[in-house]
Amino acid sequence: MEKKSIDQLKEICSQVRRDILRMVHGVQSGHPGASLGCTEFFVALYFKQMEHNPDFKMEGKGEDLFFLSNGHISPVWYSILARSGYFDLEELKTFRKINSRLQGHPATEENLPGIRVASGSLGQGLSVAIGAAQAKKIDGDDKTVYVLMGDGEQQEGQIWEAAMYAAHHKVDNLIATIDYNGQQIDGPTKKIMDLISLKAKYEAFGWQVVETKSGNDLEAVLEGLKEAKRLSGKGKPVLNLLYTDMGYGVDFMVGTHKWHGIAPSDEQLENGLAQLEETLGDF
Amino acid sequence: MEKTLDLKYTYTEKKDTRSGFGDGFLEVGRKNPNVVGLCADLIGSLKMGAFQNEFPERFFQTGIAEANMMGIAAGLSINGKIPYTGTFANFSTGRVYDQIRQSIAYSDKNVKICASHAGLTLGEDGATHQILEDLGMMKMLPHMTVINPCDYNQTKAATIAIADYEGPVYLRFGRPSWPIFTPADQKFEIGKAWKMIDGKDVTIFATGHLVWEAVVAEAMLREEGIHAEVINIHTIKPLDEEAILESVAKTGCCVSAEEHQMNGGLGDSIAQTLIRNHPAPMEMVAVNDSFGESGVPTDLLQKYGLNAENIVKSVKKAIARK
Repeated sequence: MEKKSIDQLKEICSQVRRDILRMVHGVQSGHPGASLGCTEFFVALYFKQMEHNPDFKMEGKGEDLFFLSNGHISPVWYSILARSGYFDLEELKTFRKINSRLQGHPATEENLPGIRVASGSLGQGLSVAIGAAQAKKIDGDDKTVYVLMGDGEQQEGQIWEAAMYAAHHKVDNLIATIDYNGQQIDGPTKKIMDLISLKAKYEAFGWQVVETKSGNDLEAVLEGLKEAKRLSGKGKPVLNLLYTDMGYGVDFMVGTHKWHGIAPSDEQLENGLAQLEETLGDF
Repeated sequence: MEKTLDLKYTYTEKKDTRSGFGDGFLEVGRKNPNVVGLCADLIGSLKMGAFQNEFPERFFQTGIAEANMMGIAAGLSINGKIPYTGTFANFSTGRVYDQIRQSIAYSDKNVKICASHAGLTLGEDGATHQILEDLGMMKMLPHMTVINPCDYNQTKAATIAIADYEGPVYLRFGRPSWPIFTPADQKFEIGKAWKMIDGKDVTIFATGHLVWEAVVAEAMLREEGIHAEVINIHTIKPLDEEAILESVAKTGCCVSAEEHQMNGGLGDSIAQTLIRNHPAPMEMVAVNDSFGESGVPTDLLQKYGLNAENIVKSVKKAIARK
């Protein structure tokens, strides 16, 4: 896949954000907040960082793989997959509707290209990514496995089983990112169940940690991923702590958990879209 | 008492079914380089040590972390590996049900969930570990195949056969030393019931350790002039409905026998099949809505009615209802 310039990537970000709003509005359901907050990350990953093949093959031999553990942010992933060429843009219209391949949470059941495991029930994606990374090691495949998790998701016990395992088994072809937006459904993570220091926790578990302090600044995100890649292959799993703003790009959605899982009204959609340039054509 | 009976199947040796798994696992590992193993700190109990020694690069110790193990197995399967996970049946099912449901069953991953120490015959460890609900939980999951072999040889054959089947499988076996009464060279066909003994008066459908009890019960019944057909249902799902209906059409009544709760077990699946196609009197030998307890396996089977004597009683009830 042809690698894009920074300006081109920024154009994609704007378009992806429009897709997210329009998809969620179209079905009056879905999760716009963290989808918007992770847009730069997805664009950097799929259009710059990863070596991947939109002519999808489940096995993914010889290519980088991505797993989404916090499956509820499916809108951003579906938009990215469609705009990377995994399936037709038109299909974004079917998001969350009956007979669609674009399930509310990502699934393999309908054979949507780009999805390798179902996610949505939280805490499971890190384990799956570790398994996929170990399979690559067995095969002598030197490509990298990426996984994105939520920060609220770190409250799940399985995450820490997986974190312990990855360090013990030296799964160093794995780059895990945490969307560190400080929000979860019931409110700020600090109030609901304080994560204290994720950096200290993961380091204590034997990981190398990269902090991407400006997770909605495309250049910083690219730099963070590059650094994470540089640290991989050295005997330890790598964590990319990505500080983002939930709802970034749409002023009335930014920085609050309130847009975790609700859809904009017609008026709100119009307001939001007015803030986001249509760069590549709406679906 | 067994000695004086004219048994249609006999044995010279007893062995645990988990050893059938361990030996089958090593053999399938030698045959198929895609087979990999995972275990959550129970390598000795699951008899996975020989595989681990021979293929250390294809074996993963997960520590006491079963949820993670199921996820890792799902991930390993993505590029074509065939992961066999090993832990007790309790920790292979209830403890990790959501992980299996989402990452393995719904995602249709080629993971073989190998579960030992199932049922009352775990014995002295007691009810915390004696899972009697696992078949029900697993058979309810779409995409899942559920297998419960009856002795060492059948368990070994099943362990080898499941590698050639693409899709998630739950393979259940146990701890007690048990008669080896099926042939070493048997061909294991997933989903194919095995009619072990022909009969005309009643059909006994049995699975797991209770297949042996059904064989004993058949001989006891024959002494009283009752000719029971004995069918070995090693695959709970997909259920061989054709074999079940064909047999009950001939015998007119049946008894199911399993080391599991009545709710959700083999009997429940057979009853569904009969009621939809060919209603017939049926009795169930199973645990009736209670937990197990500590004790010697054979004492527990007797106390909870999971033995030949109770199969005989149930057969008579079923025949009387014809």
